[in-house]
Formats: sequence, structure tokens, C-alpha cells
Amino acid sequence: MYQILTKEMLTPTICRMSVKAPRLAAAAQPGQFLIVRADEKGERIPLTISDFNAEQGSVTIVTQKIGASSADIIAYEPGEAFADVVGPLGLPSEFVNMPPEKLARQRYILIAGGVGTAPVYPQAKWLKEHGVPVDVIIGAKTKDLLIYVEEMRPVCDNLFICTDDGSAGFKGMGTNMLEKVVSDGHSYTQAVIIGPMIMMKFTTLTCRKLGIPAIVSLNTLMVDGTGMCGACRVSVGGKTRFACVEGPEFDGYEVDFDEAMRRQGQYKTEEAETNEKHVCKIGRGR
Amino acid sequence: MANKIPRVPVREQDPKVRATNFDEVCYGYDKEEALLEASRCLNCRNPRCMTACPVGLQIPRFIAELAAGNIAGAAAVIAEDSSLPAVCGRVCPQETQCEGSCVLGVKGEPVAIGKLERFVADYSRELAGSSPLETSGSDMAAAGNQPSETVAARGLVNGGDPLRSGGGDERGEVSEGCVTRCRRKVAVIGSGPAGLACASDLAKWGYDVTIFEALHKAGGVLEYGIPEFRLPKEKVLRHEIDDVRKLGVKIETNVIVGRTITIDSLMDKEGFEAVFIGTGAGLPKFMNIPGENLCGVFSANEFLTRNNLMKAWREDYLTPIHAGKKVCVVGGGNVAMDAARTALRLGAEVHIVYRRTEAELPARREEVHHAAQEGIIFDMLTNPVEVIGDEKGWVKALKCIRMELGEPDESGRRSPVPIAGSEFEIPTETVIMALGTSPNPLISKTTQGLETNRRGCLVASEEGATTRPGVFAGGDAVTGAATVILAMGAGRTAARAIDAYLKQKS
Repeated sequence: MYQILTKEMLTPTICRMSVKAPRLAAAAQPGQFLIVRADEKGERIPLTISDFNAEQGSVTIVTQKIGASSADIIAYEPGEAFADVVGPLGLPSEFVNMPPEKLARQRYILIAGGVGTAPVYPQAKWLKEHGVPVDVIIGAKTKDLLIYVEEMRPVCDNLFICTDDGSAGFKGMGTNMLEKVVSDGHSYTQAVIIGPMIMMKFTTLTCRKLGIPAIVSLNTLMVDGTGMCGACRVSVGGKTRFACVEGPEFDGYEVDFDEAMRRQGQYKTEEAETNEKHVCKIGRGR
Repeated sequence: MANKIPRVPVREQDPKVRATNFDEVCYGYDKEEALLEASRCLNCRNPRCMTACPVGLQIPRFIAELAAGNIAGAAAVIAEDSSLPAVCGRVCPQETQCEGSCVLGVKGEPVAIGKLERFVADYSRELAGSSPLETSGSDMAAAGNQPSETVAARGLVNGGDPLRSGGGDERGEVSEGCVTRCRRKVAVIGSGPAGLACASDLAKWGYDVTIFEALHKAGGVLEYGIPEFRLPKEKVLRHEIDDVRKLGVKIETNVIVGRTITIDSLMDKEGFEAVFIGTGAGLPKFMNIPGENLCGVFSANEFLTRNNLMKAWREDYLTPIHAGKKVCVVGGGNVAMDAARTALRLGAEVHIVYRRTEAELPARREEVHHAAQEGIIFDMLTNPVEVIGDEKGWVKALKCIRMELGEPDESGRRSPVPIAGSEFEIPTETVIMALGTSPNPLISKTTQGLETNRRGCLVASEEGATTRPGVFAGGDAVTGAATVILAMGAGRTAARAIDAYLKQKS
């Protein structure tokens, strides 16, 4: 069992938890993810790792309430435990294993959308610790949905905030923010985009327009996360790749986002039925 | 004479009924039937059945105990060589192994060895479950139902020679055994048939064995691959895995070797002196035809894992699964049959699409027979060339081409040749690819000095030694996808090699 050590709601629907998982915490690297199964009857839910602490043996996860399974995860309280937490899964971000002389020439812009801001944090932290110039854009629909703003400041050189409705920071989407930042004179050798699939698609298009190479982190469907089921397959450069073991990060220019979005919604009908039937029993009456 | 008795038929769930539920298809023998069937065994002096068994089960010996009414004794004989008798009795291809070699089969029907093995295991388990007091007797103890301390002690005595030597110098081995075996740590990667068999033997000999399992439940393919209606999970599989635990084997789930830890960290930091890799062949193959990434195209692995490991067939589990009204399963092996019969039970009309004829289907005869009985439609000499999608990106048809059999290929089977211009479409909602699997490269990619061949299989000697000292492997990870019992045999062979390696090392 994997005990929940701390829990806080970052927004009414986004929850941050630190969970005891010593082996995982000791092995995790930026860019990797994990799988949580809340209880015996729950699904295996892939979640990004937003921090890890080998000494404490803990990992931090950020979950947004979407369906029955994510609602179950959020319902857990400190002291309780998840049935299963497994990882780290996937490959670390490209920069983790980059030769130092190449790394020294990089200037990163990390572009985060919504709950995708959480996994950007360990990437920015790693780059900052290794002396690599790194700017971060955090975008959200509205001010109340912004997360990780204060956490991000110390781990990047410039932090740019934008909201669709202008309630905080620049008014506009991440794509508009990126164009503005570049027109203001900032230049980058590499963008990393993490957020909803549609946001990654359009931000990649903007990056292409601006001539910035773009890496995206794909949150595909998965069951085992070890290459066994193939639910996560995506077309990258016309080839089928498994996001769980060959990703989750791929060259955004090469990803077939439209196919990826369709595949992501494959179980929508079944899930809608489940959500209707499902009565969350976790954390009630205790 | 004993062999005048015809083979006792086994009772099965009615095909029409079972096509709508996930309860076990075969009911197995009751005590009376089992004893009658056991009485057919000739107890040959040269038991060919035993030679044909990959784990060397002492078949005539256990059947003789059973025929004499000593079921606990029969269980004890089986336990000497197998920790998974209720599993093997159900899923082994006996027709090509023990039963295929039975002398009675020359002129008539072979002894139903598999069904007898299953009966002994089921009977012992149910007895143990219903009245624990009765099972604490000495004969049941040897069947693996006793606390681990007694097993460890017994293991040291009985396990003197990994190969039954007839008990020549067992006494000498006891003290020597403790020095060379006690508390020495061996890691087993993967809790499928190979890993469980290897771990069981090593634990019986006194080694400190930990199995690392990537999924949240132990069992490997027995858990995620084989459906409930062929191998009940809670009733049968859990119990046999618990028996392995009772031998003193520790099982750590949710540990992915190659991600969470590595073979290097196990050996250098955690003090494991030897490692056995029994990670199976978990990587699904696809056909690489157009449309394969459309919504509604699944690997058999995904479909079966959702249903078996994640229990999508049960209302009270959250796991979604998609079958729809009509399903095409591509492939002709046991996995294809399992996927097809699962989709049928979820309510679909199911077609097996296979490029050769029924005679070449690689699946067990019994599985094909059961599938046909249940109403699976076999579209033979048919090969998919494209998956056709609708405007929303979902499957709407499988485009196939008719095949004919040509010259025999290197496997001796006549190879299928497409008939030009014979393309046609099968309208379908779902396509399940059951084309076989290959070993997962997670470990070979993250371990220095481990060689693999062109098919991605680990290179290992007949004894299971890999190209890296102290690291052994067996089962599907070495051979590519094969059977449960061959994997168990390889696990046992590697256990002996690990024992020899560690004795020599110390």
C-alpha cells in the first residue's frame, strides 16, 4: 500500500498529493510518469510526476477530477493509502541524458497548459539546477485555474502567465503568449509543451511558425504502461510508437495529433456509462 | 482389465449458457470419476508420459496414489515437481505432451492425465478451504499447505539434489546445503509460470527468493492473459500463488525492472547473488497495415488485460472495454481463441480471421472445439489487408483478401498465398489483433552484457545462463511466445543452474 502523506486542493478540481513510494522516488527523472490504482476495483490511471524526493521516499502527483477514477483518487485523505503506485514509467526528458557540451548551448521555453503545469515543474527545476537558461509560460482558462505559479518562479529565469479571459497575466492563449515573448526579443533553441492534446497541437504549430523545435508529452490511454497493451500507440513521423515506453515525449512536429485525440476518446461512451452508475464510496462515512 | 474402461468423459457447461457468462467451461471430475479414470493407468515401467512432461511430473506415481484413494498422497507427489497443478491441469496442451505419449492412446483414448492432475489439485484445495484441521496432517503438509518454516526445513532435506537422485546422499547435503544455500538472495523477475516455478524450487532448497512483478497482481500471463472461464482467478490461481508464497517466496508487485530498479542495482546494491529473468513475451505484434491505429482496433493483450487483470467483465469494476456488436479477431492461436470467446461473452458476434485453414490453426484442438461450440465463426483462408474507418475515425470494416495454400514453408506448413483480385470487406465494429507477442525489451535495453537475438529474445544456454554471469533466463523471454508448461520447465532448469552457479561461486 502507498500512503498519502500530504494533500491540498490547488483549485476546486485539481488536487496535489505526496505519496510514499520509495523505490519510485529513488528512480524518477523529469519527464517520466507513474500509474495509480486507487483500490481493487479502480482503473490504472497514468499521472505525471510533478516532484520526487528520494530521501523522503515520496513522489508528488497532481490530479484533475475528470471521471470516476480521478474522482476516486482525489477523495483519498492523508493517512489513507492507494492500492498501487507504479513507476517511473516512460523515458526521461531528452535533456537529462544530453551531453554537457550540447546542453550548454540550449535555451529552453517550457509551455504549460492547465494541469500540465505540474510535470513542467520538475523539468524547469532540473534545467535551472544544471544552469541551463529556462523560461516558462503557464496558461489557463482563468485565474482560478492557474496552478504552480509561486512554485515555478524560483526554478526559471522568466515566468510568463496568460489566461484566456485576461483575469491574470497576459490575455490570450499560450500560443499568443509565445508569439509575444518571441517578438519581445526572447529566443529559444527548444520548446517543451505539456498540456491538453489540443493545446499541444496548436502550440506545436506556433512553434513551427517561429522555427522553434517542439517536444510534446503525450497523455495517451494506457493500461499497463510497460509496452504490453498498445493502447497508447501514436503515429509519429508516420510510424506507430508506444507512448508508454518510447515516450511520453516526442517531436511535436512529427505527431499525428488528430489521430491521438481520437484515440484518447476511445472509451468515452463506456466511461460516460460508468460515471452515471458510479457512486464514489471512498472517503465517505469515515 | 483396466484399459477396457473407456476414458471417463468430463462434464462441461452447456455451450449456449456458457457463451453468456464467465464461469468456468469445464467442471472437472468428481471423486468417483477421477478414481475410475485413474484406474485406467497401466503404471508403465517406462512412463513415456513423464518423459513428455516439461516439468517431469511423476505421473504414474501420482495416479497410483489417486487410484488407491490416497488423494493427499497424490497431491504430495505432484507438489514435488509443480506448484501450479490446478493451473497446468487446465491450460497445458496435454494432447501433445503427457497424454500424447500415453500408451493407451495408441489404440484407444489416453488416460486423462490433465483432468486427473486438476482433480487432485482442486480436491486438495477445497478440502484445505473447508476444514483446515484435516489438512494439518502430515500427508497434506507435503502438498504445500503448511507454514513456510516446515517447508524450508523439508526443502533442505528433500532438495538435496535438485534432480531427484533417489535419495542417495541427501543427509550429507543438509549441512552443506545450509552453508551454500541458506539466506543467499536470488531475484526472480516476473511472476508468471517461469518465475513461479524457478522461485518455488529455489525456495524449497533454502534460498531467499524475491519475485519482482511489474503489474499489481502476481501471475503474469495466467492473470492478465488467460480468461476466467478457462482459469478462475480467485478460486484457483490466487490459491496456487499463495502456495508459492508459503514456500517462503516473497513477491514484490509494482516493480518494473528496467524502470523502477535495474538488474545492476539488484546485484550491486541489494545483495542479490543471482537473477532469473522470466519476463515472458508481452509485446503485442501488429500487422502494419493501413488503418491499424483507428479507434476500435485493439491488441489481444489490451483486450484481454482489460477483461482479465482489470476485470472489465464485472459490473463493479471501473475498467472500460469495447467489443460492440461485431468483432473480428485476427489470428489463430490460443490467444486469438481467448480474445474471441471473451468478446462473445461480452455480447458480440465474433469472427476468427485466419490466413490458413482450420487444420493449421495453432490453437489447441480443445480451444478451437470449445470456440466453435459457443458460436464463434471461423473465416479461414482470409487475410486482412486494411482496416477501413468511418468519418469519425472508428473501424467500420476489415478489408481482407482470400488466400490459398501453396508450397510448404520452412515450418513444414503450407504457406498461404493471396488470390489476386479477391479482396472483400467484412463489416465490423471492432478488430482485435492476436498475431503473437515478442519479449519486452525493457530489461535487455537497460542491462549491460545481456545479448538478444534478432527476434528480441534473450540469448541463453540450454541451462538458462544468459551472456551475463549470474543472470539466468527462461520461458517466453528466451523462446518467444510458447506455453505455460514449457516456461515452467525452463524455470526449473534455470533453478538448477542457479543452484550450481551459487555453489560453485561460494
